[in-house]
Amino acid sequence: MGFGGYLLRRLLLVVPTLAGVTVISFALTYLLPGNPALVKAGALATPDVVREIERQMGLDRPVPVQYWRYVSGLLRGDLGESSSTGRPVLEDFRQRVPATLELTLASLLVAVALGVPLGVLSAVRRDSLLDHVSRLLGVGGVAMPSFWTGLLLLYVFFYLLGVAPPPLGRLAADVTPPARLTGLYVIDAALTADGVALVSALHHLMLPALTLGFAVMAPLTRMVRATMLEILESDYVKAAWAAGLPRRRVVYGDALRNALIPVITVLGVIFGFLMAGNVVVEMVYAWPGLGHYAVTALVTKDPGPIQSFVLFVAVMYVFVNLAVDLLYGLADPRIRLR
Amino acid sequence: MRWRRLTGNRLSLAALCGILLVVAAALLAPWVAPHDPDETDAEATLSSVSLRHPLGTDIYGRDQLSRLIHAARVDLLVALSATAIALTLGATLGALAGYRGGWVDQLLMRAVDAIMAFPAFILAMGITAALGNSTANLVAAIAITHVPIYTRLIRGEMLKARETEYAEAARTVGNRPRQIVLIHLLPNCVPPLIVQATLAMGFAVLTVAALSFIGLGIQPPQSEWGQMTAEGAGYVVSGEWWLVLFPGLAIMATVLAFNLLGDTLRDVLDPRMRGVR
Amino acid sequence: MTELLEVRDLSVQFDTDEGVVEAVDAVSFGVRAGEILGVVGESGSGKSVNALAILRLVRPPGRIVGGQVRFEGEDLLTLSEEEMRAVRGARISMVFQSPRTALNPVLTVGRQIARLFELHRGASRRDARRRTLEMLTRVGIAEPERRARQYAHQLSGGMCQRVMIAMALATSPRLLLADEPTTGLDVSIAAQVLELLRDLGRRTGAAIVLITHDLGVVAEVCDRVTVMHAGQLVEVADVRTLFARPLHPYTQALVRAIPRIDQDVAMEPIPGAVPSLLMPPPGCRYADRCPRVLDVCRRERPALLVAAPEHEVACHAVEREGAVAIR
Repeated sequence: MGFGGYLLRRLLLVVPTLAGVTVISFALTYLLPGNPALVKAGALATPDVVREIERQMGLDRPVPVQYWRYVSGLLRGDLGESSSTGRPVLEDFRQRVPATLELTLASLLVAVALGVPLGVLSAVRRDSLLDHVSRLLGVGGVAMPSFWTGLLLLYVFFYLLGVAPPPLGRLAADVTPPARLTGLYVIDAALTADGVALVSALHHLMLPALTLGFAVMAPLTRMVRATMLEILESDYVKAAWAAGLPRRRVVYGDALRNALIPVITVLGVIFGFLMAGNVVVEMVYAWPGLGHYAVTALVTKDPGPIQSFVLFVAVMYVFVNLAVDLLYGLADPRIRLR
Repeated sequence: MRWRRLTGNRLSLAALCGILLVVAAALLAPWVAPHDPDETDAEATLSSVSLRHPLGTDIYGRDQLSRLIHAARVDLLVALSATAIALTLGATLGALAGYRGGWVDQLLMRAVDAIMAFPAFILAMGITAALGNSTANLVAAIAITHVPIYTRLIRGEMLKARETEYAEAARTVGNRPRQIVLIHLLPNCVPPLIVQATLAMGFAVLTVAALSFIGLGIQPPQSEWGQMTAEGAGYVVSGEWWLVLFPGLAIMATVLAFNLLGDTLRDVLDPRMRGVR
Repeated sequence: MTELLEVRDLSVQFDTDEGVVEAVDAVSFGVRAGEILGVVGESGSGKSVNALAILRLVRPPGRIVGGQVRFEGEDLLTLSEEEMRAVRGARISMVFQSPRTALNPVLTVGRQIARLFELHRGASRRDARRRTLEMLTRVGIAEPERRARQYAHQLSGGMCQRVMIAMALATSPRLLLADEPTTGLDVSIAAQVLELLRDLGRRTGAAIVLITHDLGVVAEVCDRVTVMHAGQLVEVADVRTLFARPLHPYTQALVRAIPRIDQDVAMEPIPGAVPSLLMPPPGCRYADRCPRVLDVCRRERPALLVAAPEHEVACHAVEREGAVAIR
């Protein structure tokens, strides 16, 4: 069976998973205490009013019917309304997705750019000082809460050194956002050659990306190191040495190329970490993304956005894992050609 | 090479001591804390590290060391109850799935898949938000997100055990293999369960702290490490570092201790899992 | 005859948690141009480490602690890493056991051969590709164009080993180290692979060091044999002599252990196991398993002495009996 078959099988698996995700999300939104009708009606509503709203919202119907309405609403893009902004949640999301995306991608870049070389060097120079430092980072990195590292970085780079901007969003107050193309300020500013916005956007992105990047770097480095160690001992690497291939080619060609295949599989897990970390880091830096929006809504007793956020992240997570599996299939001929 | 093994042992010994220290602090909080955690010292509000207040005070002049010690109770209690519940529930479901097979297995595993389709922290966030802020709800949320780990683990062991020799032997003497498997299986499952639970403790502490940091979970005036960090967050930009540094250190040290201990236990008890994580 | 490779007092140690393991202990032997030299011994006897040490491929915690490896007149152990690279794969190449895992899973087999032409012969990509196909044909692979585009997991074990041999002989080396090249292959496929090795060795004039635990293989293809036990070399002889008149008690045991169809003699297993190489006692390492053990065996290591033309042995008991003319 070729890659087409693999693709099809993997795509089919998405359907039950998404069904499971919506069931849980539905349960969180409608079935649990914290009656949404009560929330919508407000604290002063009489029981009659609440019942009326319940009827309007279909909460008096059988559960399967409610679920069906919920799912078909989702398919139409209906994520409910936010009582704090008074607007459809989907619209609020659309506004904030680019901020979250920008932070996520920048963090991923930081993590990969630092974590992969560190893991490789650590494996190649096993038991060297560098290896010990990287292993320490690997163990310590997963134990540090990212809100804490974020705050410490703020203390050092904003308060003590004064090189970082205050944690108040994506741009300095006196800078106008670049023309919107992708919504990612850094990319938009670069594309429109808006130097002022680019510098300010990068300046503000620096610490959040470093915080979040550091948090996910640890598992990445650990994984790269472990697989590299295993592969450096493999028969084909021995054969490559025996064939007189230069060291660089053996390590970065033969070994790393094979080591990156299992590393692809942790990208899904890393995305999960990133989404969790986003929530916390966005709170620390007042980064106007999805996580910040969801948590802020919660403070004003508005649970709609947070449940939509949970659902949104889970759906993204399902598709990221799908992409990871497909990428894995493409990278490894043993799977592609099975 | 030899010294590496030694330091490995020394590290895990340190981890064990760290855990015992935190547990002792939590158990003996009222006796070991230098002050009442809610007592305010009007002469020393927002004061830095001093003899009177070794870890400084907050805006109300509450002693941070005492608050940290009392917070250990909450963090450990929540993490421990969540882990215990998740382990019991998860292991039972896993055994059920592996033992019964068929549609029971299918149903349970689909449920597990659905839970695992969410990033754990995000799901815990959704559950706490839906159930409402309370310590019990926090425990429930974390427990639910941890259940799949144990379910998969036990089910996997069950399936493996069915293929083994003692299942075969049981069949030949006319016993129902499943029963035998269940009896013989339990001792086999204990080591990986201990390893998983230890590692999960660290993750649970991180989750409690992060949820409380964003305002879900433990509410003031009860003190909890993440929530204390959140209270101190506003002061970091004006230079009051101690309000953030110490609670964070407490979280990190505790999580690190559980992770290191878990890693060592895995190497000792369950060598075939080495390097899996 | 000229010695192509001359190994003298080669020693390899491994630092482990428990102490130093002497995997190869002062081993000396020669390989003549164009011959096939068998290296036999049980697993753990140091045969493979010995071969890796010739190419200086022993990885930490192992290290070469002494000796000489003279190849075409120069001592390989004194070369720089850069000079050594020009030897590996070009003048001395190696075929590994378990061919499937010795091929890189994410590179096509064609690419793995072609890059050797590019690296060692400075061939262009096109030229390398042409020579790769030639090489695949020479090792008896049908449809070379199609096979060259495939990955190791798509080929059979025997085919993988043919590819490995093509890789090893691509740059016409003077010496080929073959480490258990037929392990894990079907008996009939193994025979084909051996035949191919012998045939190509003869045609290209390359000498082959064939490492194996299978005396049957040795009898079939080798010209001369060295026998290793627990990191030490115990006997060297031409094939005929070794089977007809083995001198060392260990070799005798090995020969007796070969199952025979033609004779109604029960196969004799060798008593005891390969002794621990962890800080071994000073004497002969076979002493604890040896039926003819003497007191001196536990104190002194026997020297490798000439017993007859083309026949050397390291054994106190044999020496005592006077069968040995001291060199």
